[in-house]
Amino acid sequence: MEPAARLDHNHQLTLKEFPYIIRWRDDRCKRCGRCTAVCPVKAIVPTVKVQRVVRSEGPVPTPQASRAIIQVVEQVTDMERHCTGCGACSLVCPNEAIEPDFNFQNKFLHYKNKGGEGYKRGGRRNDPAISTLDRIKFTRISMLTDPALDAGRHEFRVRTLLGRILPPEELPLVVDNGKLLVGSATAKFVPPVREIFPIMIGSMSVGALSPPMWEGLAMGVAYLNEVEGLPVVMCTGEGGVPPRLLKSRFLKYFILQIASGYFGWDEIIHAMPHMVEDPAGIEIKYGQGAKPGDGGLLMAQKVLKLIAKIRGVPQFVDLSSPPTHQTKYSIEESVAKMIQSMSMAFGFRVPVYPKISGTKTARAVLNNLARNPFAAALSIDGEDGGTGAAYNVSMDKMGHPIASNIRECYLDLVKQGKQNELPLIAAGGVGKKGNLAANAAALIMLGASAVSIGKYVMQTAADCYGDEYNRCNICNTGKCPRGITTQDPKLYRRLDPDTVAERVVEVFKAADVELRKVFAPMGRSTELPIGMSDGLSIDDKAMAERLEISYAC
Amino acid sequence: MCRLAAVTSQEYLSPMEVILALETMKEGHDGSGLGITMKDLGGEFEDFKKYPILSGICSKKGVYTLDEHMDKLGFKLLHVWAPKVKQMKGVKARDYYFARVYDYPDSYKYRPQKDKEDLLMTTRLSLRSLGERDESLFAFSFYPDVITLKEVGDPLQLGEFFGLDKDLVKARVVLGQGRQNTNYAIYLYACHPFFIQGFCTMTNGENTAFVPIREFLMSRGFPGYVGYNSDSEVFTHILHYTARQLGFPVTYYKDVITPLKGSEIERRDDRAALKLIRQSLRPLCIDGPNVVIGFTPDGACFMVHDAKKLRPGAVGGVNGKYALMSEECGLDSAVPKRDKSSDIFPMKYDMVIVTPQAKEVRLWNQLHGWTTTTSSH
Repeated sequence: MEPAARLDHNHQLTLKEFPYIIRWRDDRCKRCGRCTAVCPVKAIVPTVKVQRVVRSEGPVPTPQASRAIIQVVEQVTDMERHCTGCGACSLVCPNEAIEPDFNFQNKFLHYKNKGGEGYKRGGRRNDPAISTLDRIKFTRISMLTDPALDAGRHEFRVRTLLGRILPPEELPLVVDNGKLLVGSATAKFVPPVREIFPIMIGSMSVGALSPPMWEGLAMGVAYLNEVEGLPVVMCTGEGGVPPRLLKSRFLKYFILQIASGYFGWDEIIHAMPHMVEDPAGIEIKYGQGAKPGDGGLLMAQKVLKLIAKIRGVPQFVDLSSPPTHQTKYSIEESVAKMIQSMSMAFGFRVPVYPKISGTKTARAVLNNLARNPFAAALSIDGEDGGTGAAYNVSMDKMGHPIASNIRECYLDLVKQGKQNELPLIAAGGVGKKGNLAANAAALIMLGASAVSIGKYVMQTAADCYGDEYNRCNICNTGKCPRGITTQDPKLYRRLDPDTVAERVVEVFKAADVELRKVFAPMGRSTELPIGMSDGLSIDDKAMAERLEISYAC
Repeated sequence: MCRLAAVTSQEYLSPMEVILALETMKEGHDGSGLGITMKDLGGEFEDFKKYPILSGICSKKGVYTLDEHMDKLGFKLLHVWAPKVKQMKGVKARDYYFARVYDYPDSYKYRPQKDKEDLLMTTRLSLRSLGERDESLFAFSFYPDVITLKEVGDPLQLGEFFGLDKDLVKARVVLGQGRQNTNYAIYLYACHPFFIQGFCTMTNGENTAFVPIREFLMSRGFPGYVGYNSDSEVFTHILHYTARQLGFPVTYYKDVITPLKGSEIERRDDRAALKLIRQSLRPLCIDGPNVVIGFTPDGACFMVHDAKKLRPGAVGGVNGKYALMSEECGLDSAVPKRDKSSDIFPMKYDMVIVTPQAKEVRLWNQLHGWTTTTSSH
């Protein structure tokens, strides 16, 4: 006989399939409703249930059962409203009555493709394992034969150079009465070079970030430069720059990015006659470590009035940059042209360099740039880099780890004797587990001249919830519960730009001290130990062999 | 930490003077080796000033390799000096120690000095590679008016072993290093002083920046930048690269290995050049702890330090004889009758240059770029 209510419930999901399961405690909950109001994905709802309730209220136990209608908080089993584990509910709960638990058994990816659309998200590669960078140790410790330096007392120069550096043989120098002078007769072009702090803030656009977040980063960077004397630079990402900043003296702390959509460049070009300072550099984005082969993507819901104005587009339309520059015909010709055009636009006073995603073909790009005297650097973004929006498959499966990629590129430059001429910038997963200075130092000693951070600074300066268990990672939706990657004033007013700026300053000051604590015991202080691979070891023989460093266990 | 002793003089002096100075600093070396390089030679070499001298060691088998190779290249043997070796306890004698004077191959007789220097260097390197595997042949220097001796053992014993106390070999410039073996195996090619095309240096202390410097030098495409059995060999090659290859005045050696800070550079007249040098030669910056003592092809001697850890070093003497030592007691041994109050203890910004035949001592200050000249009487 057919039952009154169906028992099989086929094609309905159990909570066991979900990545996060909400633990809600009836006895603690006072039904204030804050959690359900704050949930950015509406994964929990207030609802009512009919239940058998046993009560005993007198001085002597007198249990009485009754059926009652009670209010509960319930997790929905709709995969489109899956709990992302962000924990905003726990944050607002006055009674610690609710929290999400990660469910290792989840089958989330099996179902997250409704409507034939692959899962899209923000964040970075979901891989909580220890990265290669975190396995690298600094093992060449100066002792008695070579006294260590004192990180607190000695003078350190934790600085790097951004820009094409002439080989010593080509310096336009003449000897005059025992002194070297820059020869005026030789019309040698000396490329622009900036001395910067070796950790820079990587490209995150106005638009991808909320106004207070971008403003907070920018204020922090300006403070670091102007007050702390720490020359930290920040890349704008594709999407332009607030017009007031373009015309301000603070522009010199910013690297302007041009990418395949050229968003924001109309505004930049129009501001050029009014610029009082040159930017720190120009980054031409050809690829991104988190989503190699994809262009930038700003979802329509984030294209509000200010963003539309800066980018020169209508409001509320998806802004997807093409996967490649449409003018690109070949690396020899069009990349060189683009580098030259950008150099020329700024009177050859600004370093111009490309950024690519980590790839097996990085060396081919590198060798091409090595032959181009106007190429100021090469930035390589590894697979652990972050993004505001991409397909999960791109983030999790596409790309190349940064460690071996940067190492082989550096060794290639060494073979050509150009290791000091073309700086390499490494990015992608720097500080993934919080070890910012150690990761940066490891990359520098593998051969990078500088490193870029993105996700790390969002986590550390603005408390981004994201992690490698796919926590939150809804940057693409414009519903960032922290107000970092949203254009919704109701959300971004949660973020105080001054606090972000303060944190940025703290983070870089701490990193500066920690870098000294790494370099001092290794006896290095005057110049950055770029390529000082004898200082490194790793606990895996195959990795040691690949990176050409020693194995230690 | 190794001990270093150098004496430069108007009169020819015996290398024993340097060995005796090393002996006074004995606490600092463990007798694991002695290296001596002499320049501006007297005695039996005085008549051969223009001809290159090959210094080295070989086995019985190695002599044949040597003769055959030099014949093949067209070098003509003019004169041979071999120390009269006295067997000593604790010194394992090798078959044949030599300093051989050659005449250039005919095709090189009228070639410019630079070509000749390149030929001498490539010849030395080819000899090195012929004998390196079976240690049948070591070639330390091949250059006019320069002799190098190296062996494992206690310096004083080695002086006697080589018969330097009796021999008439003399020179105006003598550099000696008493080795304190640390992290490298005792190997003759790791023994200071190091020599390349007229430039010679010896160093004490480890070089923490060794690997990036080695990579930079080796990628210059210059065949002489090889070896590096010791991390100190790069100091010689940096000097050679700076002065000979790039043509910088010798004081810029200091600016290359210990560049000034940005704010300090502004105080120098040549700031524009210094800024470019600091960028382009960034990988050659050292972090110490090192004191470098050496000579340049013109016969000037110098002493320079790293900028932070400051290994000790002292320069003192009288007009016509100056000593550059890693310790003051070495000065007392080499030039006892001097005005001690005018001894120079160079600090982080200093480079001491003693001009040929010890006529003048110049103290060059990196911060200001000026020179203070002194000459004692």
